[in-house]
Amino acid sequence: MLKHLLGIAELNPQEINTILEQAKKFQEVLSRPIPIVPALRGKTVVNLFFEPSTRTATSFTLAATRLSAQCINFSVAGSSTKKGESLLDTVANIEAMRVDGVVIRHTAAGTPHFLARRLNCFVVNAGDGRHEHPTQALLDAFTLRERLGSLTGKLVLIVGDIAHSRVARSNILCLNKLGAKVALCGPPTLIPAEIEKLGCAVFYRLDRILYEADVILMLRLQVERMNANFIPSLREYRQFYGLTRERLLRLRENVVILHPGPVNWGVEMDYDLRELPQTLIMNQVNNGVAVRMAVLYLLAAGRGLLSEGEVNE
Amino acid sequence: MSKLLFTGGNIIYPDTGRIKKQDVLVENGRIKAVGTKIPKTGARVIYCQNRYLAPGFIDLHCHLREPGEEIKETIASGCWSAFTSGFTQICPMPNTNPAIDSEALIRFELAASAEAKSARIIPIGACTKGRQGKEMAELGAMSLAGARAVSDDGSWLSDAGLMRRVLEYANAFNLLVMSHCEVPELSQGVADEGLTATRLGLPPVPAAAEAIAAMRDIMLAEMTRARLHICHVSTRLTVDVLRWAKARKIAVTAETCPHYFTLTAEALKDYEPNFRINPPLRSEADRRAIIRALKDGTIDCIATDHAPHTLEAKEHEFENAAPGIIGFETAFSLSYEMLVLKKVLTLPELIARLSLIPAQTLGIEPPAIIPEAEANLVVIDTAVKWHLTREKLNSRSHNTPFWGRMMRGKVIATVLGENHYFDPELLKPA
Repeated sequence: MLKHLLGIAELNPQEINTILEQAKKFQEVLSRPIPIVPALRGKTVVNLFFEPSTRTATSFTLAATRLSAQCINFSVAGSSTKKGESLLDTVANIEAMRVDGVVIRHTAAGTPHFLARRLNCFVVNAGDGRHEHPTQALLDAFTLRERLGSLTGKLVLIVGDIAHSRVARSNILCLNKLGAKVALCGPPTLIPAEIEKLGCAVFYRLDRILYEADVILMLRLQVERMNANFIPSLREYRQFYGLTRERLLRLRENVVILHPGPVNWGVEMDYDLRELPQTLIMNQVNNGVAVRMAVLYLLAAGRGLLSEGEVNE
Repeated sequence: MSKLLFTGGNIIYPDTGRIKKQDVLVENGRIKAVGTKIPKTGARVIYCQNRYLAPGFIDLHCHLREPGEEIKETIASGCWSAFTSGFTQICPMPNTNPAIDSEALIRFELAASAEAKSARIIPIGACTKGRQGKEMAELGAMSLAGARAVSDDGSWLSDAGLMRRVLEYANAFNLLVMSHCEVPELSQGVADEGLTATRLGLPPVPAAAEAIAAMRDIMLAEMTRARLHICHVSTRLTVDVLRWAKARKIAVTAETCPHYFTLTAEALKDYEPNFRINPPLRSEADRRAIIRALKDGTIDCIATDHAPHTLEAKEHEFENAAPGIIGFETAFSLSYEMLVLKKVLTLPELIARLSLIPAQTLGIEPPAIIPEAEANLVVIDTAVKWHLTREKLNSRSHNTPFWGRMMRGKVIATVLGENHYFDPELLKPA
């Protein structure tokens, strides 16, 4: 029984499969003329985003709405700390207004874990610092399964700023649990210590491993990394770690390309790749809603919060 | 006239490593007699059968928060918390607000300490004015007022030229220069760099951040022939640096804290803010290296780095929680459990690292249980098992990661001159 979704680390393969199976059912719901079910009628979910986000917040809002829950967006980027209010106070106050769950994004790793140990409502991690972004990894897995079937034995290459990436960490864990092989590639300055012990091989030169990959997951390069001397220039980054139109020729024919968005076109990926049939970025976005519906639904079920009304009617 | 007679106890002599069963008579704050068959006449008798008497502990490194953050700890509450834990002399770091960087503030500390009538403060002055790392503070005047050491504490002196001058100048006043070793450009994180930090997504601090700073300061100490002390050693790498320095006969000493030989980075797994400490908890290999270094003397002694914080400063996302834990009240028990019960040190060897060696490091007279000396002693019951609870804590702050841990061994009485503490449960007044 899921009580919170804090990270992929806390899930076993069966639980991941349960979420993905449930997401498949909701994908069907979303294709209906009226894409809505009453499962969470009368329930309230609050999106607490302490870091700017458009697509993840929207995706969670849509997911809650399509389950008939009420969803409140509480945008607190910086504001509560400016007033001197602590995070725990902010969230406890919101909980006191009788919400059933909070979806939280925060710049500090472990914030959802810290809150989950102190609150009664369910907590969904929508990204905590560089730690985890579990719904992103789940929707990536969902998207890959949709295209490739089983992930067993497939090589997924994650490219870019691994050190600061919660998407990378959640994906390494999730892909390993689903039987895929994981390789990482990025400049050594952006590869964190002992990451290979999480179950992945590390490469510093993209061209050495590119052709081996069944899946390429490109990460967003935060432009401020350049100012902190992690890389000398965006130009050089593109040259060595970008998925450029030249590199297209070295890819496997049926390779699949993912990116969690938003893409820095011309840095980690050339714009030409946008329209390729192998590029599944829009599928990822589309699947995100179904996966997040599944997460909210299963958490509500785990806490006995479900209303009457069948999902699969 | 006050008379205390400690009878039947085993006296620990840390200088020789011997233990001898003898009675101790304390009269008006001085040791009147040590021996057998001391008459009880007019004395309050403290029965010490199967218990140990040892010289009072000295903590080279703590934080008392006064002046400036009295909500967390005052000199009075901190001295009492230390005293009830066996520390008779403590060295608070000067990172208060304002920083202890002048003769006047040293005098203020000493006056407040005298008023507290418990543990005594041995002041540490700041190396630079306001601990800003820019201009040297008046080290001579502070020394004359009673400072025995200087340190900029958490702000490592990045300016090597200024550190050289501080070390040279401190020589004139026989001041110990204490360095919190941390290269700031390498220390932007909150967790030991390695698998745990990577897995938990916490910004990392490499071991080299500490070792590089220690190495620079050690080389400056060799050049200036100053007395350098490395604070809270947490890594194997720093231990290696110290070993090299001691082989070269450089006048460097070092301390570690109980948490560095008790816990590892693994403890961070739930992001509980009470495990946020600076330097961070390290790997198991580091923990073992610290224990070996304590045994072979590469690390000289144990300090607490008692760092009180309010709950509201601690109850935050891990990386935003104030760094530090309180340390007086758990120091002896953790050291006893991790070092003596695990047969790394004998009890006299542990007492040396809590009392004799810190005194030698500071350059003060080591406390000793001998006739005519000022009474400066503790009574230890090694058989006691106890749990840390909020009601029992004497510190104003409660930020410790050791709630609920079964503690082994306890200081049940402390005497310094006319000041005494008797454990209210284990030593009921007669």
